[in-house]
Amino acid sequence: MTAVEDPTSAVDLPPAKEVGQARRRKEDARLITGKTTWTDNMVLPGMLHLAVLRSPVAHGRITHLDVSAAKERPNVVAVYTGADFAEEQGSLPCAWPVTPEMVNPGHPSIAVEQVNHVGEAVAIVVARSRTAAADALEAIDVDYEPLPVVLDMEQAVQEGSPLVHDHTSSNTSYHFVFDAGEAGTGGDTEQAFADAEVTVSRRFVQQRLIPAFMEPRSVVVQPSGDSYTMWSATQIPHILRVMAAMVTGIPEHKLRVIAPDVGGGFGGKLQVNPEEILCLLIARRLGKPVKWTETRGESLMTAHHGRDQVQFIDVAADRDGTVRGLRVRLLADMGAYLRLITPGVPALGAFMFPGIYKFPAYRFECDGVFTNKVPTDAYRGAGRPEATFAIERIMDELAVELGMDPLELRRKNWINTEEFPFTTVAGLEYDSGDYHQATEQALELLGYDELRAEQKRRRDSNDPVQLGIGFSTFTEMCGLAPSRVLGSLAFGAGGWEQASIRMLPTGKVEVVTGSTPHGQGHETAWSQIVADELGVPFEDVEVLHGDTAISSRGLDTYGSRSLVVGGTAVVKAAEKVVEKARVIAAHLLEANADDLEFTGGKFTVRGTPGAGVGIQEVALAIFAAHDYPEGIEPSIDAEATFDPENFSFPHGTHICAMEIDTETGFAKIRKYACVDDVGTIVNPLIVEGQVHGGLAQGIAQAMYEEAIYDAEGNLTTGSFVDYLVPAASDLPHFDTGNTVHVATSNPLGAKGVGEAGCIASTPAVVNAALDAVRHLGVTDIRMPLTPERVWRAIHGGGDGGDRAAQGSNAYGGARTTESGIQEAQQ
Amino acid sequence: MIPAPFAYTRPSTIEEALQAIADGGEDVKVLAGGQSLIPVMRLRLAAPETLVDLTRVAELRGVREDGDMLVIGAMTTHADVLTDPLLAQYGQLIVQATETVADRQVRRRGTFGGALAHADPAGDLPAVALALDAEFVLAGPGGRRTVPATDFFVDYLTTALDEGELLVEIRVPKLGEGWGVRYEKFNRVAQAWSIVAVAAAVRREDGRIAEARIGLTNMGPTPLRASATEAALVGVDVSMETVTAAAAQAAEGTSPSNDLNAQADYRQHLAQVLTRRAVAAAVGL
Ligand SMILES: Cc1cc2nc3c(=O)[nH]c(=O)nc-3n(C[C@H](O)[C@H](O)[C@H](O)COP(=O)(O)OP(=O)(O)OC[C@H]3O[C@@H](n4cnc5c(N)ncnc54)[C@H](O)[C@@H]3O)c2cc1C
Repeated sequence: MTAVEDPTSAVDLPPAKEVGQARRRKEDARLITGKTTWTDNMVLPGMLHLAVLRSPVAHGRITHLDVSAAKERPNVVAVYTGADFAEEQGSLPCAWPVTPEMVNPGHPSIAVEQVNHVGEAVAIVVARSRTAAADALEAIDVDYEPLPVVLDMEQAVQEGSPLVHDHTSSNTSYHFVFDAGEAGTGGDTEQAFADAEVTVSRRFVQQRLIPAFMEPRSVVVQPSGDSYTMWSATQIPHILRVMAAMVTGIPEHKLRVIAPDVGGGFGGKLQVNPEEILCLLIARRLGKPVKWTETRGESLMTAHHGRDQVQFIDVAADRDGTVRGLRVRLLADMGAYLRLITPGVPALGAFMFPGIYKFPAYRFECDGVFTNKVPTDAYRGAGRPEATFAIERIMDELAVELGMDPLELRRKNWINTEEFPFTTVAGLEYDSGDYHQATEQALELLGYDELRAEQKRRRDSNDPVQLGIGFSTFTEMCGLAPSRVLGSLAFGAGGWEQASIRMLPTGKVEVVTGSTPHGQGHETAWSQIVADELGVPFEDVEVLHGDTAISSRGLDTYGSRSLVVGGTAVVKAAEKVVEKARVIAAHLLEANADDLEFTGGKFTVRGTPGAGVGIQEVALAIFAAHDYPEGIEPSIDAEATFDPENFSFPHGTHICAMEIDTETGFAKIRKYACVDDVGTIVNPLIVEGQVHGGLAQGIAQAMYEEAIYDAEGNLTTGSFVDYLVPAASDLPHFDTGNTVHVATSNPLGAKGVGEAGCIASTPAVVNAALDAVRHLGVTDIRMPLTPERVWRAIHGGGDGGDRAAQGSNAYGGARTTESGIQEAQQ
Repeated sequence: MIPAPFAYTRPSTIEEALQAIADGGEDVKVLAGGQSLIPVMRLRLAAPETLVDLTRVAELRGVREDGDMLVIGAMTTHADVLTDPLLAQYGQLIVQATETVADRQVRRRGTFGGALAHADPAGDLPAVALALDAEFVLAGPGGRRTVPATDFFVDYLTTALDEGELLVEIRVPKLGEGWGVRYEKFNRVAQAWSIVAVAAAVRREDGRIAEARIGLTNMGPTPLRASATEAALVGVDVSMETVTAAAAQAAEGTSPSNDLNAQADYRQHLAQVLTRRAVAAAVGL
């Protein structure tokens, strides 16, 4: 040892910052091995099992329902029908009445007289085993008088269409309008179109998708006296508790909801499910614990779906490419009922259609339409993928119309980095970013010039495999949400988040978060944040969540909000802990609190080397509480609630290179590069993982997934044989990168990454496919890009979608390329 | 997703298995790898009274030589097929097709015999067996009989297996010197069933095609031979032109179905493209 190596100063060095480190996720070992508590693992003494008889008809009156034989089956305890709960089941909640006039027909948890979609519950068997319950379903006798089935939204909104709910006057639930001219955030849209040199109109179809989370839904309810504990595979234990209390009349303080480890959700578990309510009602009636776990078939058929819009998009521009106006009219399929935020999903998208472009005028209209299908609701991105798809597709169409390079057109119209913060025509204030930088970096990652040269070679040689390159320069709004903004949109709750920090006597730290993870990695990221804020080892932090008795306040996980809002609450709570500890440390060090510095977990006295006390030691001192200042409470625990003042706006450039085999129509991604700006990166590994997963789902929408109903309203894609979820082997290597422009609305500077890949990728893929075959006369291809559709578009014209699924909800008429807003209004 | 109750037996010889089938009551099903049977039972599309599990019948598993023939036991798993040295040498068409079947887990359990007995038109192995003119050895209470592939596949999910009969082994000719093979499968995702597939085995002699065997997957309720193409190939010089011209007849006599993945006319188009590709690859073009 030499004289210069001073061991004490080495020890005093603050630990390396945790934020920014690619830590492996501490929760993964138990999640991946399954050695943890999934809801379906719960076994309680005397627990009974439910099986649900589901309607095989899409629309009909129940004319006969006899459960007596089922009651006689072995091990059956009870069999219930809608009539048994008609008085007490109320209606499943819809928390987002997007307009005051919105028609909500009500949503019974179990059908009483009429069924409105295939899969709706009509009877429930309660038995001593799961198999006994399933077996007894066969003994239930039920007849339906069929009613006309409403499947196609464009027909459903016509005068004289059969009604889904005969007590309503039309199949339109609501008409939501955002007009920038009226809102004062833009000019007159009609005038912009009247004056335009060029207009381009398109009709795009956002097919219906199924969230397809890995862990099926499961609920366990245990009654105890007049209290109830519910375990559920849910994203939203806190919201579920409030809603279930309101629906069932069980007082909120008598209901505890626990989301144990949850195996994915993607928005599909952002719901108050009929079966959650039914479990409560049955447990209350029988006084016994009950469990319901769905099968995969039930999950695909009855858990809410996503997307399903017909989009009419018009863009107005000058000949030089300057955009002048944007007009959007949507038909959004609600399905048969309004669930938790069914109507809000398309309305949330309203604000994102202008994307990253400086439109001076914008008008958005949306009709929410009832059909005899399972309700739609949140699915990764919820409204924003739809908007991003439409704007990024129409920008390409405009570029073609103008004979411009699609990137050139984008550059001409996007917000420049020096223009931030920028208030868009939709009234949002974008925080930060640099679209140019992200784009340049993505082009580099892709090897753009070489691929363009190869594309030309393939064109020139008339190669049967053609190459195309497609862009998506996207942004999205994350960090749901400023409570006042949600209020102005008539959403039924706020958007704050809560956290508390408990300093244990041994110096270990418990962080309680109201943001409930279902696979995102909160435990790791929150630990990294707290390790930095408190200067304690990463391993000393435990993150608690998902139990309303432990984390009493919270608004859960969706909308890329957890880190941005929930993580900020953690930061604020940690700051309070430090401030409370400072007072005690000053007392222990016999110094003035203002003279203390706090770094690396240690309070030291400025100008007095050697004197110091660690925050973990303070925790022990205040636990003993033998010696602390007068007039303060003996605790350094703290909690904080954070309500953001603005959203955050991640952005990025995604570029897809696509090969199309023109002989078979097979589309294959050759290369995929993306550069995302998600603000501060707390954990690069988690960010990369979120981007990969998002890309898989966004690419899946473009190429593989579609929930298809036949003409009778049966879900024909009712298993994973027909509902094609891609596996790793179907996806390319992803070349990912980041730029970092910190968010200005939270102290972490994080923007949110949960949905970025999913929102951005879909139009990049479709634009790439079109770029590969446009010279063959193809102007659009319906999603998903099945080989048959691509082949038909190349060899038969149209968008290839017209023959692929006749008589179903896949919107038979191939009108994608011609129609515009006028046609929609006919 | 929960099957109806059933009785279960696990014999260890063919004799015992036949007895178990005879004793099993009205509706007995043989369980091989279970990769087709268990899913339909879980969906309650099938509810057999008794399952006779063949996984312990050792004599049904494995590959052996018999002169110019390979004899493949019905319970030889897909994974066995992929690692078998005899098949590696003489049965490349079977190996190639088996490689495209499902995923590792399914290949570990699913069996060659089960796939043929199940006779799903979208399954990859029936067309291969048909192209190879395989012989099916069936054992029943009355003894054994051998059925040629052309008679084995009767209709959609229907074979010449009678009630009470077991598929014991499958005999295929060794393809040696001069033969080239290719299984060309078309599907949307890697681990899915064929939309259409083509199994081609072609023997070259002195720069000409001497013999061609082409089986079509999912082009009708049973696997089919592309007979017109086979005939057109015999005796021609090996060139892209001759192969393309012959492949243009590949869809003759087919009657493919319409489903979510493909309409019939598109399937017929695919059959031609894939036949051209399969034959071209088999002859080394
Ligand atoms: C996810 C998944 C993907 C798949 N993808 C493909 C694919 O891409 N291509 C493909 O070809 N296959 C695919 N399969 C099917 C797979 O190849 C099965 O293994 C095969 O079809 C059936 O074989 P098995 O041994 O599992 O038979 P089982 O399921 O046990 O039996 C199937 C039927 O054959 C009968 N049977 C079985 N053995 C005998 C016998 N020795 N004698 C008489 N009757 C018998 C049974 O009674 C039953 O009716 C897939 C399966 C799954 C689960």
